[in-house]
Amino acid sequence: MDGIHDLGGMQGFGSVAHSPAELAFAGRWQAVARALMAVVAGAVQASGGEFRHSIERMEPGHYLTSSYYEHWLTAAATLAVEHGLVTRAELEGRAGGRFPLSGPVLAPPVVDAGPDVEAARFAVGDRVRVREWHPPGHTRCPRYVRGKAGVVVRLDGIYSVPDIEAHGAARRREPTYSVRFDAPDLWQDGQHGVRVHVDLWDSYLEPS
Amino acid sequence: MSQEAHHPAAVSPVERRVATLEALLTERGLVPEGFIEEITCRYESEIGPMNGAKVVARAWTDPAYKQRLLADGTAAIAELGFGGPEGDHMVVVENTPAVHNVIVCTLCSCYPWPVLGLPPAWYKDPPYRARMVREPRALLAEMGCPLVGDAEIRVWDSSAEVRYLVLPERPPGTEGMTEAELAGLVTRDSMIGVARL
Repeated sequence: MDGIHDLGGMQGFGSVAHSPAELAFAGRWQAVARALMAVVAGAVQASGGEFRHSIERMEPGHYLTSSYYEHWLTAAATLAVEHGLVTRAELEGRAGGRFPLSGPVLAPPVVDAGPDVEAARFAVGDRVRVREWHPPGHTRCPRYVRGKAGVVVRLDGIYSVPDIEAHGAARRREPTYSVRFDAPDLWQDGQHGVRVHVDLWDSYLEPS
Repeated sequence: MSQEAHHPAAVSPVERRVATLEALLTERGLVPEGFIEEITCRYESEIGPMNGAKVVARAWTDPAYKQRLLADGTAAIAELGFGGPEGDHMVVVENTPAVHNVIVCTLCSCYPWPVLGLPPAWYKDPPYRARMVREPRALLAEMGCPLVGDAEIRVWDSSAEVRYLVLPERPPGTEGMTEAELAGLVTRDSMIGVARL
């Protein structure tokens, strides 16, 4: 989905609140949120894709104004409700107020994943173009490279396609590649000597 | 009694929601005894940038190891005993005077846990994720990372299964130092690529 999580290249955010060191958890609740996500993901057998998509479906304003571990909490509660572990009424009753959850899944369940792709279609040095698409479900193809041409710099392993595993029990495995994009091609802003590498599944790409 | 004991800190809305979900899942028998403490301990003391620093120091002192590290990051890092979730497919990218590498995850917060621990908050927040792929030279300068004027910048967006570790350049004047002393120089930020040593 073209969600708020897909932040690459967005403008207007200002400076990075950088600190050279910080604690793993800024309070016990963050560790608990992390643990509860692991509990829920284990109980409902959520794939990595389904887990990530449960965060991506957060209401954009809530996503931008809440911390990382609030994302995890919201996602854990959303999956717990969607898989029938708890009800929204229980959450709100017990919390004594509103308990925001992520929005509904917009994509239909995937029934037929199609065959695994064992052979890499592209080799290092090949020019490829990222498909210009806007799938309504989960994808790991960032918006800022869609429709853009780049060069394969590395072949990685063959992995389950997130777009499929997020939407049901079906799975398809495909080769993945690291693709290099020249920054001026992405942003048309004339910057020099900057290359951005994005790791992409086979079906995200076409020959260029 | 202290003032604090009479006036405990107010519970924030997010803390209340966490406690709510924790209570409901515990009542259903889904939260194993000690699980939350185990998670806290693992990420607060067992994994962290001290692991990555050992990898870097070994690469600086052992050319054969460095070669293995750049050829197969996962296997070379496992030689030092590090691996596991978010570290199963490691690629190590080397900084040189002409090339500066930096890692980001624009879609979420992918990060090499076994060697760097959990990502810092700023790595997961929108400004870093939005800007590092769009204006890395400006953002690196803003974050206090000086670059040689025309050095190539390579940004690595961790959008699939690979997790990256930057191999920083060994600082000058460290020739006589032991591997352990060198590891003490290596910072988390230098292995993300937002600082140079």
